Amino acid sequence: MSQTNLPSSAADSPIIIALERVNKWYGSFHALNNIDLTVARGERIVICGPSGSGKSTLIRCINRLEEHQSGRIVVDGIEITNDVKNIEQIRREVGMVFQQFNLFPHLTVLENCTLAPIWVRKMPRAEADRAAMRYLERVHIAEQAHKYPGQLSGGQQQRVAIARSLCMNPKVMLFDEPTSALDPEMVKEVLDVMIGLAHDGMTMLCVTHEMGFARSVADRVIFMDRGEIVEQNEPKAFFDNPQSERTRLFLSQILAH
Amino acid sequence: MSADADMVGRLAPVSSFQPAQWARKRLFNNWYNALLTVVFGLAIVQILVSLYRWAFANAVLFATPQQCQALAGKGACWAVVLQQGRFILFGRYTYDQQWRPALGIALFLLMLAATCFRRLWGRWLLMGWAALYVVFGVLMWGGVLGLPYVEQSLWGGLPLTLVLSVVSLTFAFPFGVLLALGRRSSLPVIHSLSVGYIELIRGVPLVTVLFMASVMFPLFLPEGMDIDRLLRALVAITLFCAAYIAEVVRAGLQGLPRGQYEAADALGLGFWAKTRLVVLPQALRLVIPPLVGICISTFKNTTLVVLVGLFDLLNTASTTLKDPLWREEFAEVYLFTALIYFGFCFFMSQFSQSVERQLRRRQGP
Repeated sequence: MSQTNLPSSAADSPIIIALERVNKWYGSFHALNNIDLTVARGERIVICGPSGSGKSTLIRCINRLEEHQSGRIVVDGIEITNDVKNIEQIRREVGMVFQQFNLFPHLTVLENCTLAPIWVRKMPRAEADRAAMRYLERVHIAEQAHKYPGQLSGGQQQRVAIARSLCMNPKVMLFDEPTSALDPEMVKEVLDVMIGLAHDGMTMLCVTHEMGFARSVADRVIFMDRGEIVEQNEPKAFFDNPQSERTRLFLSQILAH
Repeated sequence: MSADADMVGRLAPVSSFQPAQWARKRLFNNWYNALLTVVFGLAIVQILVSLYRWAFANAVLFATPQQCQALAGKGACWAVVLQQGRFILFGRYTYDQQWRPALGIALFLLMLAATCFRRLWGRWLLMGWAALYVVFGVLMWGGVLGLPYVEQSLWGGLPLTLVLSVVSLTFAFPFGVLLALGRRSSLPVIHSLSVGYIELIRGVPLVTVLFMASVMFPLFLPEGMDIDRLLRALVAITLFCAAYIAEVVRAGLQGLPRGQYEAADALGLGFWAKTRLVVLPQALRLVIPPLVGICISTFKNTTLVVLVGLFDLLNTASTTLKDPLWREEFAEVYLFTALIYFGFCFFMSQFSQSVERQLRRRQGP
């Protein structure tokens, strides 16, 4: 790892993610419009907005699942360019949880968790197994370690997916609508795990409509619409005193019932 | 009303099977079905009876060719299989050394049987197969361990058929997977080379590829340099199969949800780790049935090597019939050969079904 260590200034910098004037188009559709965003270490950010507003695209640009066309994205001191080595290095430090879980169905829960530590971090299998069991216990699913994902409920699968990301010991966790594909009674078990993670000081960017979660753990709530960051604020001010008309409209729609 | 009754009958759980009722409902439910049942029933009985008469009742097992000819086709002459069986199975392989290919085939069948047990799957089984390759080669060629050397041009019959299909499939498989990955590559050179190769090979029949390999290929070689005939056939079948395997594997790659690729990417897995650990295990599982289809058709396609002068199982069988003594017994000889082909192909299809069932039980649909 020593040759991949960054200058201490980057590693110690309080800023872990910085986006400058980031733009992305899908054909003629302007998905991200001049996005500026800095995220501090340990900061917990909730991103919300109507569908098609670019919130998923934004966090998927941070680990290069989507390519941005102009502007700069710097993660933990490394700028995202076409350089595959840089991208893989960033992805090691940035965990991601998907709406559809995306567990590997041909591997057991434990194997899902140890795959990347063994093959990417070159960790010995025994050590990877021990670490994985620790994280599986943390998401309260250790007793299912030898089952296959297909044998678990949606909520259980999503908790495994969170454990799988944590096994890489990431510096940042990205959540892309982690509870949207779940049956209502399973949302809480996943949110509880996320809240625990937030309390432990993980840097988190969550795209979600769970406003209760935003209110209780977020340091900052960002509202996006039509590819732009319309408004951002700490949760209390954001919910109680939204500045823009679009934010007010959005909040009234999702909080109405 | 009667339709209702029928529905009820069909939906009700069948507690016991009653042949009389079943027959009345399925075979004799009106006059023309009854007529068809009787006519076809009689025809089937007639065929079975004459088949029985030919294959068993009037057949001879131990007989001279003259006695067989005296039967004049009224009964099967299985003597031909008994007396010419060794030639059909082993071709012109040195007669007193034929225990070697026989042992090789026995070991091969043993490994096949071992492979059927899911519990044995692992490193040892793979090493067993690798060892089998070596042992089979040593047995066939000889020249070491006190085994007399047997020239490769004498190889024939079942061992040759097995070598042609197993060896070419072994090499075609990784090559086909690489071609499939290449066809999905975003690098233009690799992509177009793969597409060009696959489409070219799929556009021509196997016979053409075999002829190219055996007749045209040597023209490009420097004077005096000659590549063995068997090797040329192996290369031709390998190249041909790889193109088909590539297309089947590509279907599997496309059948995999995007999220699987994204999850592997997001974990920081590189291209080869992602492909080997996440993508291929799932993609190949999706295409087990068509892959086995390719294995089966390759096994049968090896019969085309007769065109480049190799004596595979079918060719040794037809050579037997060139003997004036046994010229009449083509039905017996071809039945015997067909049975061997059927045995292998049936095994392959059963094997693939059992693997699919086991995977489904383990991982759910």
